[in-house]
Amino acid sequence: MTTTVPITLTINGALHQAFVQPWHTLLHVLRDVLHFTGTKRGCNQGICGACSVIVDGEVVRGCLSIAANCQGRTITTIEGLANGNTLSNVQQAFLELGAVQCGYCMPGMIIAATALLKRTPKPTEEEIREGLSGNLCRCSGYVKVVRAVQVASERGTS
Amino acid sequence: MNPYIHPVGARLPRLETREKITGRAEYTDDLVRPGMLHAAILQSPHAHARIISYDTTRALAVPGVIGVITGDDAGWGRSGPFVKDETAIAKGKVRYVGEPVAAVAALDVDTARQAAQLIDVVYEELPAVFSPDEALAPNAPIIHEELATYVNVLGLPVRGNVLQDCEISQGNVDSAWGECDVIVEGEFETQAQYHAYMEPCAALAEVDANGKLTVWSSNQSIFRDQSNLSESLGLPMSKIRCLSPKVGGAFGGKIEITVQPIAAMLAIKTGKPVRIALTREQDMETMRVRHPARIRMKTGAKKDGTLVAREVDILMDVGAYADDSPGVVGVSTVFSRGTYRIPHARCRGKGVYTNKLRSGAFRGFGGPQAAWAGEQQIDEIAAKIGMDPLELRLKNAPEPGREWMCGIELERSDLKECLEKVRAASDWKRRRNEKGRPGFRRGIGLACIPHISGVLSSSAIIRILEDGSAVLSTGAVDNGQGSDTVLVQMAAESLGLPVDRITFAQPDTDASPYNWGTSASRVTYMVGRAIVGAAEEAVKKLIKYASQMMECAEVDLELRLGGFIGLKGVPDKVLPFAAISGYAHWAAGGPIIGTHALHYDGPVLDPTKAVIKHFPFRFGVWTFGVHAVEIEIDEATGRITPLAVWAAHDLGRAINPMAVEGQIEGGVVQGIGYALFEEMVWDGGKVANPSFMDYKIPGTMDSPMEIHSILVENPDGSGPFGAKGIGEPPIVGPAPAIANALFHATGVRLTKLPMTPERVLRALNEAPRAH
Repeated sequence: MTTTVPITLTINGALHQAFVQPWHTLLHVLRDVLHFTGTKRGCNQGICGACSVIVDGEVVRGCLSIAANCQGRTITTIEGLANGNTLSNVQQAFLELGAVQCGYCMPGMIIAATALLKRTPKPTEEEIREGLSGNLCRCSGYVKVVRAVQVASERGTS
Repeated sequence: MNPYIHPVGARLPRLETREKITGRAEYTDDLVRPGMLHAAILQSPHAHARIISYDTTRALAVPGVIGVITGDDAGWGRSGPFVKDETAIAKGKVRYVGEPVAAVAALDVDTARQAAQLIDVVYEELPAVFSPDEALAPNAPIIHEELATYVNVLGLPVRGNVLQDCEISQGNVDSAWGECDVIVEGEFETQAQYHAYMEPCAALAEVDANGKLTVWSSNQSIFRDQSNLSESLGLPMSKIRCLSPKVGGAFGGKIEITVQPIAAMLAIKTGKPVRIALTREQDMETMRVRHPARIRMKTGAKKDGTLVAREVDILMDVGAYADDSPGVVGVSTVFSRGTYRIPHARCRGKGVYTNKLRSGAFRGFGGPQAAWAGEQQIDEIAAKIGMDPLELRLKNAPEPGREWMCGIELERSDLKECLEKVRAASDWKRRRNEKGRPGFRRGIGLACIPHISGVLSSSAIIRILEDGSAVLSTGAVDNGQGSDTVLVQMAAESLGLPVDRITFAQPDTDASPYNWGTSASRVTYMVGRAIVGAAEEAVKKLIKYASQMMECAEVDLELRLGGFIGLKGVPDKVLPFAAISGYAHWAAGGPIIGTHALHYDGPVLDPTKAVIKHFPFRFGVWTFGVHAVEIEIDEATGRITPLAVWAAHDLGRAINPMAVEGQIEGGVVQGIGYALFEEMVWDGGKVANPSFMDYKIPGTMDSPMEIHSILVENPDGSGPFGAKGIGEPPIVGPAPAIANALFHATGVRLTKLPMTPERVLRALNEAPRAH
């Protein structure tokens, strides 16, 4: 047996501690140790983007990130976007535009869209498509997803 | 439209959206029970082998392992919708590479996976077959030696490796060829497509002290789960309770059993709750695909474009287990006639077992394969006689008052309306004459789509709560397509209540009324009808009790918007539901409950008008669609880019237009993936590309942003508020429409899916440079 490593993470503004194996991914620790189950496991192969979270301002794939390397980092998951019952701009637009179907890809998609708008507050349609190209969705056909990001962008990023 | 006054027709966001976008929605793999164990499977390395023995000693010695199951723990009970051929886990034999042969429950998933690899299984390898041709060869190894002894629900003519052999014929095809001025003939091939629901299959099972099993899973029908589990585990249905948390997409892949029996067997063996979630790789290796098919088709017409005859032979690869294949082959055979009046048709479908992953239900259910061949032949005829392909389709569209097929007459020609609307919206004539920019070719093509909604049975219960709001229970599982919302909209409209005064009871086999499943584009139509009936009964009771309270005759009372029963002609003489329900609960009559149950009772294929052999359904109400797709082809790379799609669908009435658009947009893009690049590939018996890296599904960069949904709303007489289903048809059109656009742009025709850049480029290079 190997030794576990203690790590401390700031998740959605609160400090969390976990003991992890060196091979444990951030996704595993978020979902299966700390029960932030909003972040989804779609492929565990780094392709689908359902496990996207924001680490120190950058979107990363939870399934490709080694948890032990995240010691001391600040993480935003889908659970951390709304302010109480007030949805974020991106969440609100996804809701109104009917961009959400089964919802399984949506935590990753909304995280990616949130980071995109932070980076590029007024993206073109092409920039939105590129910004979300690492997030697979099998239900929506993406039309309403891209429109929702446009609407969120028009309303500003707050 | 204000959803609070008129819920039907409103663009209402899905009721559960908030949960899904805040990360609070619970899917099966998110559920935790006290003392829960995690499971992992061991998969067969062989495509066909006898299992001689198991040795689980090493696995059980791993610290943290609590229990192991193998085929020795399974009974000989077999489940399946048509031919019951699957045990709970492989027993006696394995029939495809990747088939689960054993499973481990442990304290954590790492330990379970590690221990599963330590189970030793001794096999005796058997010769295997990987295509229908190999499986049909004389002396081919038999995949199910006991096939004749399996429960065969419909008495299908199973023999050797043949599972389904059906025919739908009318007229006299052999003599009809003589009447034709033009005949086209060809062989078409389609590939295996993976459902690629974003949530891999998962289940959580638990057994209580009385031996009652509870199973939460990602599924399309809690009732199919319960029935399949009962058959394979040998437990009475009363000992099995199935539930459905949120489902992360399904598309047909979760209508029958997935991993529920494995979770259940481990829960029974260990006495602990056990959760299993397949990895993506395992899901791709052990679940289902769309049937690969080879279709020989011949179509004849007169030189004025009148279609005369069609002959079809469909050969489908069923894979190792029957699953929904008898249905898919049958439906593909019917749909191979297309959307047209063809007086002489002989259509045959055959489904053959092979040592590959099972093929199963997948959005379109045999329609995409049939349309790939049939819609290309319509364009071939149009080209040969020099007629516009849209005009040719119009000319042969079903018309009211004339038999369409197999004795069916339609009330209207919704197909014609779809064609005309696509013609106008796409500016068809102008785009047919558009030339590509330098280095590119540009083309636009069409495809017509026949589909149905309906089949089998559904039911609904509406109970009026004490405060006058209502609970709706249907047992229908929402796979993400939005049925919870659409069903609540119909209940709200029927009761005159705002949508937020209806709660949707989560499906639970212990409590919900029966619904066969979320499939066959049937929930809006079938469950909707059950809801309308249940609401009528509830309203009747509300009126009955109101008449007692108001001391007037029932005929003088009416339902009023907002949850009231009122005295006709007297606007302010009303009783709120709350008062009436309170009276029923506390004074007389008892709680107000409306129920309704139905079996599909609409048009059927008439066996006195056509030869109908081994077609396994009574079938449903017809619905048509027309897709036009404009594409650009890169002459240097052969890459096809879909630029815009016009998709007209005859859906009776859109209960929720925004949800309908979502179905069309999503289906079109899934169809584009099928058309251009999705393909499950085998290396011998092994799936060679079981990952999203090697099996590509469309992303934002592959999907056109211009998808024009055209809703053709002519209320259907039998549908709830006139509605018909829209789930499946949108996936059917893109592949043949793109193939026809490719021909339009280049004069090149591909008969094999997918239309990869390599195939397009090769065809362009081989073609005479006429264009």
